[in-house]
This record gives sequence, C-alpha cells and structure tokens, in this order.
Amino acid sequence: MLDIVIWICGIMLGLGAVACLVRVAKGPSILDRVLALDVMLLIISAALCLEMVLHKHTDYLLFVVAACMLGFIGSVTVSRFVSDQRNA
Amino acid sequence: MEIFLDVLVAVLLILGCLMSLIAGIGLLTFPDMLTRMHAATKPQVLGFLLIFAGLAIYLRSWAVVPVLVLAWGMQLLTAPVSAHMIGRSGYRTKHAAKETLFSDELSHVVNKVNGTPPTGTTPVSKTGSPDEQD
Amino acid sequence: MPNKNFEPRDQRIDDALDTSGVRHRATLKQEWPLLLLLLFVWGALWQDFSLGNMVFGVIIALLIVNLFPLPPVVLSGRINAWYCLKLFIWFLGQVFAASVHVAWLALVRGKRTRSAVIAVPLRTDSDLIVMTVGHVLTLIPGSFVIDVDRSSSTLYLHYIDIESPADVEKARAGIRDIERRLIMAIGSRDEYEAIKSECGPNFDARKG
Repeated sequence: MLDIVIWICGIMLGLGAVACLVRVAKGPSILDRVLALDVMLLIISAALCLEMVLHKHTDYLLFVVAACMLGFIGSVTVSRFVSDQRNA
Repeated sequence: MEIFLDVLVAVLLILGCLMSLIAGIGLLTFPDMLTRMHAATKPQVLGFLLIFAGLAIYLRSWAVVPVLVLAWGMQLLTAPVSAHMIGRSGYRTKHAAKETLFSDELSHVVNKVNGTPPTGTTPVSKTGSPDEQD
Repeated sequence: MPNKNFEPRDQRIDDALDTSGVRHRATLKQEWPLLLLLLFVWGALWQDFSLGNMVFGVIIALLIVNLFPLPPVVLSGRINAWYCLKLFIWFLGQVFAASVHVAWLALVRGKRTRSAVIAVPLRTDSDLIVMTVGHVLTLIPGSFVIDVDRSSSTLYLHYIDIESPADVEKARAGIRDIERRLIMAIGSRDEYEAIKSECGPNFDARKG
C-alpha cells in the first residue's frame, strides 16, 4: 500500500514543482520568482521526507532543517535587495 | 493497531503533499503577487505539520520528534519574517498590482511619508524596477 | 523630508542603548528563555539529550549569547499555561480552516480573487504583543503583515477574499480576537485585567 501512497505523493509534489517553475519563468517581478523558488524549496524538503519514509531512515532530517533556514535567508536577502534598489 | 497507524500515515502524507500541490496551483492562478503570498504560506505551516507527523508515526520513533519539532518551529519562526519582508518591499516598490485590491488603507500613509501627493495614480519609481526590462 | 524617514530607526537605536549611550546587555534573568531554546536546538540537532551533551550545549549557548549580543527582549513577566494551550489548539484549528479556504480560492476563484489592505489598530502598546499578533496572523493563511506603525500599534495587513465593507469589519474583529487570546496567554497583568473588564464576566466562555 505504501508504494501507491508514495507514488500519489510524488506525483502531487512533482506537479506542484512544475507549477512553481512555470511561475519562476513567467515572473513578472523578481519577488514572484523568489516566492516561487521558496515554495520549490519547501517541495524539495517534503520530497526528502518522502524519501525517508520510502527507505525508512532518518539521514536527511538535518537537510530539512537546513533547507528551511536557506529559504528564509534567500528570500530576506532578495527582498532587501529589491527595496535598496528603490532607495538608491 | 498497526494497520490503523499505516492508514493514518498514508492520509497524513497525502494531505501534506496535497498542500504543496495546492500552493503550486495557487501560485499559478492568483492574480497578483500579494495574493500569491497567501498560497506560499500554506505548505509551510499545515503541509509540513502533516508530513512531519506522518514521518514520525511511520518511523515509530520518539527520537526524531525533537528534530521534527525544531524543523517545524524554525518554519513557524522564519516564515512570517520572510513573508513580511517580501510583502513590504513588494508593496512599496509597486511590484504588486493594486487594481485587485478591494480597499487600501495604507496607501495614504505611504504617500505621506514619501512626500508624493495622495492621488490614486501609481507613482513611477525613479530607477525603474529591475524586472521590467525582461 | 529625510528626518521623517529616520524617526523609527532612531527609536530602535534608543531601545538598544541606555541613557549614557552604552549598549544594553541582557541579564541572565532576561535571557534564560533564549538559552533554553539554544540548548533545545543543540540537543535536537545531535538527537542526544544526555547530561554530558547538555552541559556542552549550555557552554555553547553562553558563548553564542556573549559573542553575538542582542538587545534584551522584554517579556511581560506573566504567562498562563492553560491559555497558551488553548491558543495553540485554536491556532491549529484556525490554520486548518484557513488552509481549506485558501485552497478553495486557488482552485475555484483563481483570477477573480479580491483582497484588501486593511489597518488594524490594536489595543495594546507592548511591542511583544504587537509582534506576536503579527506573527500568528501571518502563520494563518489568508493574511500577512505589510507594515507596522509602532507609535500607534497599528498593523497594516493584506487580507485575502475581501469583497465588501462587512468583510473588512469581520477581518478586523478576527485580528482583535487574536490579540485578546494572546494577551490572555502572555500579556502583562494590566492588559489582562483590561481585556477581562472589556469582555465582561464570561469572557472565557466566548468562543472564537
């Protein structure tokens, strides 16, 4: 049964990732792209969790924590960059 | 009992992944940037709660719970900050389309601070936004 | 008007410095929640809560807060565990309901979704409560903070699915309900009494 569940979840995550990629390509603003990449990173973390379920191990737990911090730093940096451009 | 837990894991994982899928769909279908931000918060809070709960139940281990609580707690602490930063710079740089707003109770405050007249027209930023060229 | 723009920044610097211009250092009494949090992070990352690891974690936590000092976070000094638990359970329920709502909007409404930027003046004047209210409402899908006016404790937030003035009032009442719950959980004693007298004797029974 678990195989089917993993398949369903994988397909849903894949479709979500494709939707994010479309938004990254379409834009229209840099903030839209950052937002979409942020969601993409979350989908990748979710996929790591799925992989841990599939192979029954806990090796990637720290990657999940690290991915969350990366997403935060990335979006804050870009939004600072965008607001600085305007003030300059 | 085992079967019940397995079914629970399946439901939690599928719902959690569904949140990610809906976030992706929301990114595509919502009309402007500020509305899309709402779609992005969803997998962060509820989706990860469901997936982490599913993972912990599936592994049948209490040892992973502190790490998962840490990962979820980090999401809770950081998600609002980055949402606020993106939303604020999006609002102030006029990246966000204003025509989908029903009402706007902040525009006159921002206009007063910036020294621009409080008209309904969108002030053009001096340098032009970096993405308008492509 | 450059002076006007710098006003909030000066306020922030004022908070970090005392009257003689020296930077505030948080005392151990103010800092123990942060130390405890760092200790938890350390233990969770090692997946090891044994005594030796914890002692080392305390040393690392003390090192971090002394090498990278931050201005102290002033807590209210009052915490009610029962209301905290109630707040957490209510928060989870609210997150679930709002997620379903936003999902419905994304799938069905799509491009026709309308939203609004609304100003919510809060009753409190404590930075901690304003910050936590903003945090909680951003975590609940459907609203997030765009800007804060600190002098008048006003939150400017973006709220999804607003199509009439009645919706605006409903959203505003919802935010003030979050504030009420937060003050009951972690607000100072004065604010707690004020909320209690405002909502009448059966304030606890009122369901959000």
